[in-house]
Amino acid sequence: MSSRLHSSSLLALVVLSTILSSGCQTRPNLYHWGSYENLLYNMYSNAGDAEPNLQIERLTKDIELALKSGRKTPPGVHAHLGFMYAATGNADMAKQAFEQEKELFPESSHFIDGMMKRASRGDRS
Amino acid sequence: MMPGLPGKFTSIVAALLMTGCVNSQQPYDYTALKKSKPRSIVVIPPANNSIEVNAPYVYLSTITRPLAEKGYYVFPVSVIDHFMKENGLPTTAEMNNVPLDKIGENIGADAVLYITINDWGQKYQFTSSVSVVNVEMKLVDVKTGALLWKAAKSAEQGSGDGGNGLAGALLGALITQIASSAIDHTPNLSRNINQAVIYNEINGLLEGPYSQIKPKKQL
Repeated sequence: MSSRLHSSSLLALVVLSTILSSGCQTRPNLYHWGSYENLLYNMYSNAGDAEPNLQIERLTKDIELALKSGRKTPPGVHAHLGFMYAATGNADMAKQAFEQEKELFPESSHFIDGMMKRASRGDRS
Repeated sequence: MMPGLPGKFTSIVAALLMTGCVNSQQPYDYTALKKSKPRSIVVIPPANNSIEVNAPYVYLSTITRPLAEKGYYVFPVSVIDHFMKENGLPTTAEMNNVPLDKIGENIGADAVLYITINDWGQKYQFTSSVSVVNVEMKLVDVKTGALLWKAAKSAEQGSGDGGNGLAGALLGALITQIASSAIDHTPNLSRNINQAVIYNEINGLLEGPYSQIKPKKQL
């Protein structure tokens, strides 16, 4: 009897603490994040796991999965993909990815246009 | 007893109950942020006061998501870092000194997030080790230079406290030290800090233009 009481009050405590701890941050994700953050981490911490071709493969898959899940691709992902294409010398795919970033997020236009202009002039970056 | 005090007391208690996950914090003055209404944020790779050379970049990998999910456009952090390096700014210290008009001219961001890392990484003690992350950040309007929002927080996580008495603690410390290069707690600590400060109900960042949340504190 007393052990039943004990376990039921324990259950109540667990339920209560779950409610309290989840209370402040239940909001649905706007974006499908996939591997972007991990790739960013690896680029600077395990460079071997962040070769441009590998990043292109992962990000392309993430973008497909985002489409399937009905969530948007996060800010910066298409631009980052374009950057990776540029690193492999694939200027056409880079341009396409940069254009997609602009289309999804017009806030990026100024920066992307400047970057593409400099690239077409043959500057680095 | 002063009149009006019980009412005041009740409202304080009510405020404490309503906030739930936060308490005893000053409400933030959002006047400048509401006036600025930034849509886009460029995160400058953090200035580093810790001895961990890689700290700015580990932290940088964790900051896009909480800002973007809050509803802001966040410029691609690694592309921005590369762009700055290519333009004669090899260190994050130098990146943090770029004049705002240059940022406006080249990046076109509405706001800049400046981050300073004050402490970072693993500290070894006798029977355990602890990972620490301590950062402060401020959001600044690119056009006016006005301070829009700021926050500071420290987080730590013990690694050797296995709870099995001294032998367990010693073993835990040993395992922790052997495995220290393999297990990096700093990304999670950074995420915890970002979540705690950006989503804080009293003094967190306001919802950005892509947010679907319609709270009292909408921009």
